[in-house]
Amino acid sequence: MSTSVVRTRRDTLGTSALRPDGGAKVQGSFAFSSDVWADNMLWGATLRSPHPYARIISIDTSEAIKIAGVETVLTAEDVPGKLTYGLIDSDQPVFASGVVRYMGEPVAAVAADHPETCRRALAAIRVEYEVLEPHVNPEDSISGSVPPIHPNGNLLRHQRIVCGDTSVTGPVMVECEYEIGMQDQAFLGLEAALAIPDSDGGGLEMIVATQWLHEDRKQIALCLGLPEENIRLTLGGVGGAFGAREDISLQVHASLLALRTGRPIKMQYSREESFFGHVHRHPAKIWVRHHASNDGMILKIEARMVFDGGAYASTSAAVLINAVTHIQGPYRCANAIVDGFAARTNNPPCGAMRGFGVVQACFAHESQMDKLAQACGLSPVEIRLRNAMRTGDRLITGQPVESVAPVERCIRETDAIALPPQMTSSPHELSLPGGSGRTADRSHIVRGIGWGVSIKNLMYSETFDDYATARCRLDNGVVTLKFATSEVGQGFVTLAPQIARSVLGVDTVIVDPMDTTIGSAGSTSASRQTWMSGGAVDGACRLVRERLFEHVAQQHNLDPLQLEIDDTDIIDTRGTLRISVSKASAGVAFEETFEHHHRPTEDLDENGQGNCHVAFAFVAHRAVVDVDTELGLVKVVQIATAQDVGRALNPLSVLGQIEGGIAQGLGLAVMEEILMVNGIVKNPSFTDYLLPTALDAPDVVAILIEEPDPQAPLGAKGVGEPPCISVTPAIAAAIRDATGRAITRVPVRPSDICL
Amino acid sequence: MSETQIYSLRVNGKLREVTDAWLGESLLYVLRERLGLPGSKGACEQGECGSCTVVMDGAAVCSCLVLAASAVGADITTIEGLTDGALTDVQQAFIDEGAVQCGFCTPGLIVAVHHLLDNTPKPSEMEVKEALSGNICRCTGYGRIFAAVTRVIDQRAQQ
Ligand code: FES
Ligand code: FES
Repeated sequence: MSTSVVRTRRDTLGTSALRPDGGAKVQGSFAFSSDVWADNMLWGATLRSPHPYARIISIDTSEAIKIAGVETVLTAEDVPGKLTYGLIDSDQPVFASGVVRYMGEPVAAVAADHPETCRRALAAIRVEYEVLEPHVNPEDSISGSVPPIHPNGNLLRHQRIVCGDTSVTGPVMVECEYEIGMQDQAFLGLEAALAIPDSDGGGLEMIVATQWLHEDRKQIALCLGLPEENIRLTLGGVGGAFGAREDISLQVHASLLALRTGRPIKMQYSREESFFGHVHRHPAKIWVRHHASNDGMILKIEARMVFDGGAYASTSAAVLINAVTHIQGPYRCANAIVDGFAARTNNPPCGAMRGFGVVQACFAHESQMDKLAQACGLSPVEIRLRNAMRTGDRLITGQPVESVAPVERCIRETDAIALPPQMTSSPHELSLPGGSGRTADRSHIVRGIGWGVSIKNLMYSETFDDYATARCRLDNGVVTLKFATSEVGQGFVTLAPQIARSVLGVDTVIVDPMDTTIGSAGSTSASRQTWMSGGAVDGACRLVRERLFEHVAQQHNLDPLQLEIDDTDIIDTRGTLRISVSKASAGVAFEETFEHHHRPTEDLDENGQGNCHVAFAFVAHRAVVDVDTELGLVKVVQIATAQDVGRALNPLSVLGQIEGGIAQGLGLAVMEEILMVNGIVKNPSFTDYLLPTALDAPDVVAILIEEPDPQAPLGAKGVGEPPCISVTPAIAAAIRDATGRAITRVPVRPSDICL
Repeated sequence: MSETQIYSLRVNGKLREVTDAWLGESLLYVLRERLGLPGSKGACEQGECGSCTVVMDGAAVCSCLVLAASAVGADITTIEGLTDGALTDVQQAFIDEGAVQCGFCTPGLIVAVHHLLDNTPKPSEMEVKEALSGNICRCTGYGRIFAAVTRVIDQRAQQ
C-alpha cells in the first residue's frame, strides 16, 4: 500500500511525527501478511517431528493424499534445488531426510482446501521413526564426547580473545557462573505468507512478513533451483519481528507447494507451530572472573561462555562473537582471556533475538559488577562510574571505541531520576507481586533496587557489508520514496518521510510498497535501519536536492552551492532569492538512487583481535522491584533509564522502542522461558509461555541522551536493542537487593527466591 | 468437508449468511475467512492474547474461543463496526500517543478500550490495567497505550 501523508505542522527530523499507517492499523484495515487472499487459493501446512532426535525409517503419504480436498503432499524428495537453507551456514534441510535433529523439524508439507483438511492430512501421514537419545548438553559438543549429529560437526564456532597481559591478577577477585534461559521473540503477528505461482511455473510472487526480503529471496531461489529474478517478494504487514523473522520459516515450503499445485498457497502458523517454526534466543552458561584493584578498578576479565545453538547453525556464529566481544561491558579493561563456544545440540535452533548475544553477556558482566562493588565496599553506581568507558578507549578486541560513549552521563542521569514513592500501608492489591492472583501479603513484601549498564554494537560485524538502498523521486513537489526496508513496527515508514521533508523542504511524501524491485536494504535487525536505510534515504534525497539546486541555479543564474533549503523554500544564501520548493520543482522530475555502506569492519584473528564492529550505543537502567519473599513473586515497580541515542529523530518512536524493549527485558528477567526436558519443548503456547501484560508493565522514566554521533549519517544511533539488554540484570540485581539471594540465572523463578 | 451448515450471524448490525462452513470453525475464522472482516486478529487461538476481541451481546469476548455456529442470534461488533469512517476518539488517541507500533494487537485493544470506557467511563489507573491485561502487546511495553487511554478519559471528562 502507498501511504500519503499531508500534515499542517511539518513533520521533519526531530519532531514526533505520527505513523502514516496508524489510521489503517487502528481501524483494522491494515493488511498483515495473514490478511491477504487470492482466488483459487489453497492452504499449506507443515508436518513436524515430535522427536528431538530420530532416524526416519519411512514416510507414507498415501493415506493423506486420498483425503478429499488435499491437493499435494511434499517431502524432501520433492525439493528441486538446494536441499538446505540457512542464514550464515546453509545447514538446515528444507524437509528432514533420513534424520530429524530437533522437535518440530519440518518433515512434510501439504496443500488442501481448508485448514482443517490440512490438519487431517498431516495426521494421516505415517512417519516411522527410530527414536534416538537426544544430545542436549553443549559441553559434550565442545569436548567431542558425542558423535556428530550433523555432517558439519557439533561445534558451531569457537572464538578466543586474548588481550593484554593474561598473567595479571588483582587483589580483589570475584567469580561466578551465570545462566540465561531460552527466550522467544513472541511477536504477535504469526508467520504468514501468500505464494502465487507464475502461470508458466517458472517463478512466483510472495507476500510475506520478513525482516529481509532480499535474503529470503536468495534462499528461496536456491531451494527452488530458479534464478533470483523469477522470485518477487513484497512485504506483507509485519506483526513484530524481534529477530524471529530473519531466518527462513515457511517461505520455501509455501513456494514449493505453490509451484507444485499451480495455485496460490496461503500458509500461516499457529502459535504452537510458531514456537517451533522460528529460532529463539540462545540459552547460555557464562562463567566470569573479574580481577580488580582494591579501589574497584577492573584489571582483568576471564570468561568462558557456552551458547546452545540447537540443531542448526542459523546466526549462532555471529551471536557468539557479539557475546565474547561484549563481555567486558561498558567498562575499561586492559587484560582479558575469554573463550566462547556455540554448540550444536538436539535442542531447537537458536539465532537472532533483539540484543543478539549481548543480552546474555550483559547479565553476566552486570552481575559481576555488583559482586565487585560489594567486595570493594563501593555502591553499584560508584563501581560503574569508576570503570566507565569513554570514547577512544579500547575494547578487549583491541578495537578503539570511536562512537560517542556517554556511559558516565547515562549512569549519572539515570541516578538522578527520582525513585518511586514507598509502598503505602494499603497498596492496591493489583500493584503487588502476584497481581491479579491477589496472593500478596503486605508483610512479606520487600523492595529492592538494582543497576544495569550496557554497550551494544550497531549494524553487522566481521567484514559483512550490509548496505542499504533507497530511491527518491521528486515530481512536481511530491516526493516518492522507494526502499526494501522491512517495516516491522519500528517506524521506518514514519522516519523516511521525515528525512525527505528535512532534506528537500517538501510536505507530501509517498512511501512505495517494500519489495524486491529495488536493491537490498539489508535486514531490519542489529539496530541498523535508522542508520543504514536512513542513510540511504538521506543520500538519495540529497542527490535529488543537488539536481533541484542545479535546476534553480540555472534558471536564476546562480551558483548552486549558494542555495539552501529553508523550511519549505529554497533560498540564496548570498542573495535575495526565495522560492518555494513546490514552485521550483513544478513541471520537473528528478530521481536518484543511493546505496549507503557503513565503514568496513575486520574479522577477528585467532586471539580475538580486530576492529570487528562498526559502532556502539550505551544505556543505563535502574530497576525498583517489590518481591513477595514468601511466594517468590516479583513486581517491577519502576525502570529508570538514560539511553545514548545520538540524536532523537522522532522522540515518540524512540520512547516506544525504549518502553517496548524494557518490557521484553523484564520478560526475560522474571517470566519468559521456553522450558525443555531432554530436547522436548514443554510450553509452546501463550498459556504456558508467559509474556508481560499491562499489569506487569513498570513505570518507565526515560531520558534521551542526545550527543549526535559524527559517524552516523543522521547523527542518530540505533535505539531498538539497547533498551532490552541491561534492564534484565538491573531487575535481577534489584531482586538480589531485596532478598539477599544469589540470583545467578534468569528468568528468576519463584524457587530461586524463596526455597 | 462433510460437517457443514448454513447459518446467519448478526455482525455490525447486519445479518450475514454463512454458507458451507465447517461447524468446527471459530467465530474469528468465520469473521476473517468467510465474512471479509479481517480486522480481528488471531495470535494464540487460546484466549490468551486478546487480539481477536469482539463485543458479543455487550460482553468483550475472545472470538477465537467462540464457535461461530454457537453465535447465532448474538449481536456481534467487530473493529470494523466501531464507526462508519471517521476515527473514534480512542483510535485517534492511539495514533497521537504512539500506542501503535506493529499494530497487530491494536484492533483488539481498541475494541477492549471502547468496551471498558462504555461500561466504566472514569476508570482508575488500576481498572484500566486490569481491563487491558488480557490484551497482549509485544511491541510497546504498554506505556503509550496507557497514555492513549488516559487522553480519552480526560477528553471525555471535559465534554
Ligand atoms: S487469538 Fe483469541 S485470544 Fe489470542
Ligand atoms: S503494537 Fe505490536 S503487538 Fe502491540
